[in-house]
Amino acid sequence: MDLELMINSFPKLLSAAVITLKLLSVSLIIGLFIGLFFAILRLNKNIFISKFAYGYSYVFRGTPLLVQIFIIYFGLGQIEYLRSTVLWVILKKPYWCAIIAFALNTGAYTSEIFRSAFQTIKPGIIEAGKSLGISNKIIFYKVQIPIAIRQSLPAYGNEIILMMKGTSLASTVTIMDLTGVAKYIISTTFKPIEVFIVAGGIYLFMTFIIHNLIKFLEKKYSY
Amino acid sequence: MELLAFGDTGWGDELFYATLMTIAVSITAMFIGFLFALIFTPLKLSKNKFLNFIANSYTTIIRGVPELLVIYLFFFGGTGAVMFVASIFGYNKYIEINAFITGAFAIGIISGAYSTEVFRGAIQSVDKGQFEAANVLGLNKFGKFFKIILPQTLRLAIPNLSNVWQITLKDTSLISVTGLVEIMRQSYIAAGSTRDPLFFYSFAAVLYLLLTFVSMKLINRLEVRYSRGY
Repeated sequence: MDLELMINSFPKLLSAAVITLKLLSVSLIIGLFIGLFFAILRLNKNIFISKFAYGYSYVFRGTPLLVQIFIIYFGLGQIEYLRSTVLWVILKKPYWCAIIAFALNTGAYTSEIFRSAFQTIKPGIIEAGKSLGISNKIIFYKVQIPIAIRQSLPAYGNEIILMMKGTSLASTVTIMDLTGVAKYIISTTFKPIEVFIVAGGIYLFMTFIIHNLIKFLEKKYSY
Repeated sequence: MELLAFGDTGWGDELFYATLMTIAVSITAMFIGFLFALIFTPLKLSKNKFLNFIANSYTTIIRGVPELLVIYLFFFGGTGAVMFVASIFGYNKYIEINAFITGAFAIGIISGAYSTEVFRGAIQSVDKGQFEAANVLGLNKFGKFFKIILPQTLRLAIPNLSNVWQITLKDTSLISVTGLVEIMRQSYIAAGSTRDPLFFYSFAAVLYLLLTFVSMKLINRLEVRYSRGY
């Protein structure tokens, strides 16, 4: 055990953890909107629209995140047309490519979580709203969405933790996040166990915080 | 399509063998995971607090730390660990461990943590009366476990194990960082030498989709088989 290395690498890894958290929060926020959007499409009565939404979630859940990042980072740059548009400003940066991949990936899982949450809402609740003469729009925003959010909290908590682990793949496209810095230290010092303990400890601590935050929210919004 | 030709002109045969490699690594990792689950599930269900603690640490750490970090630990640390053990027995030369074994072992440990949770849940949801009935019938421990508990556990576990299989299959793409030539690595090589990453990574995505699709179909049949008593 090389305690000195562990102590020395701790501040480096901690500042890398900030990048991990940034990647996580930005992609979760974008992914939340994508997920909600596709969940609503999934519940659409038009079979083409709902099949399209199903296809999206099937493809992104059926392929590894690594492939998705590589397609966006290495693949999209190949299209000449894209290079001449404004989008290229975003797509040439590994940071944004990683975020786009993460957001699309978590969006697919989130849409499944929301879909099942919407489907578990008892029809009686919606009927009660209708019989009170409330418009469909208000029932959707004031009744269905709050219930769906409460229903999906436990599953969404798992998704946040899975996504946090997913952000480690950003290190494969040159981003120095927690895993990227850990790998750099390992490959320069050849002390994998020490670095793993420190970096893994930071990840576990973040998991612990997220887990308890979700538990707190679940309690707060329970009925 | 020329890029996918078999033989020296295209990448078809290489990608085909890479797909076989992905399947081989996934199955090996899943099997190693089952071995880990076989050890840790009884520990989780044991009444001994210390044994519980060991099993809980295993599942919590592995499920809370990114897969890539675990793979780096094994990739960089595996050789050192094996050489250390070998040096105890008086063997001091450099030993290189095969990328397949390191990768399958790393993914297997991850898959094992998920399998342990699945088996624990499944055994706990087998009806208490079934355990008691087996005792009343005078079955010995083996008979009770293999004839009564295991078949019911499997029925409950298969849907969740199919999720674990999907996770394991997708996680094998991460072994590409250690240089094992599976789908992801082969696509990387092909993309590098043809300068056509969009095509090869998209094709890799299609291969993975195909693998998940086919395995889902097979697992569904298994599910039907194990729930035929219900």
